Amino acid sequence: MTFVQQMITLAMCVLGTMAMRFLPFCLFGGRQLPGFVRYLGKVLPGALFGMLVIYCLKGVNLLAGSHGIPEGVALLVVAAVHLWRRQTLLSIGAGTVCYMLMVQNW
Amino acid sequence: VSIAAVGKKRAALRAAFPLTLPVMAGYLALGATYGVLMTTSGFPWWYPLLTSVTIFGGSLEFLSVNLLLGAFSPLQALVMAVMLQARHLFYGLAMLERYRGMGWKKFFLIFGLTDETFSVNCAAEVPEGIDRGWFYGWVTALDHSYWITGALAGGILGGLMAGGALNTRGLDFVMTAMFAVIFLEQWLKEDNHLPSLFGLGVTGCCLVLLGPDRFLLPAMAGILLLLALFRGALEKGGEGE
Repeated sequence: MTFVQQMITLAMCVLGTMAMRFLPFCLFGGRQLPGFVRYLGKVLPGALFGMLVIYCLKGVNLLAGSHGIPEGVALLVVAAVHLWRRQTLLSIGAGTVCYMLMVQNW
Repeated sequence: VSIAAVGKKRAALRAAFPLTLPVMAGYLALGATYGVLMTTSGFPWWYPLLTSVTIFGGSLEFLSVNLLLGAFSPLQALVMAVMLQARHLFYGLAMLERYRGMGWKKFFLIFGLTDETFSVNCAAEVPEGIDRGWFYGWVTALDHSYWITGALAGGILGGLMAGGALNTRGLDFVMTAMFAVIFLEQWLKEDNHLPSLFGLGVTGCCLVLLGPDRFLLPAMAGILLLLALFRGALEKGGEGE
């Protein structure tokens, strides 16, 4: 990407973010949201975060290299630590350190 | 500016600051990690500064590293931003009443309505005699300053690390871990796992079928389509609000 393309990409991120933050105040000044939008608000978060986990793993090749084993192990560490302590930063930190140790010493 | 006006602002700051301490810890740590990730991915130190000032939304800023490293696709970036930040629509709705009549401060309050700022301002009982506008404004401004400080510090630190002082290989997993934790939290609190499974399943299928460069927009479309098709079943699920 050129510098200009990078700035356009970032501008799109700003535009999307601010549209979502300002829209309710501009459109629904006190009125109810349409039913489908309210429904999406309820079901979209789960679907989106599932999508984003997969998106983050898009570079993993199960058939070659390390076969996704470091990613799988680190994700298990994240889940285990999180279910144990429910401390977001601790879970993220533990999984990331674990992953870094694995890929640096593979 | 009168003395009374200065006192009003100070009193609001004193009331707001303690409530932002947990956000400070989280934003400094995650912001710094984001800054390091951005610069060790090859971008200049002021990129994290620029994005933390203008976007001020942690998960999207992490994703922007990937967006910038991929092929140029403004539409994909916009759709990604809109979908990822769509939850802010509901923060806005929840804050419509509280942010009413805030004058010029309202623009800034809406601009800075992140997950964390929302949770503090929405839950806060503004003490008697404290100016609400300044209270909400300070929470928003403090949170923003923590995030900018973290990202800038990380950006500078990352620039030094890129020189080889520390091996940062694998640090990008921090983003995967972050989304995995959010996903897990979502999973633990939802009654019906179907939307979460749609997210994983549809995206996984699109990735396998279309490859890592152009699976995202079809995946988003597929998720929306499935959610629309299953609306009847999912709304009947009896999730209490």
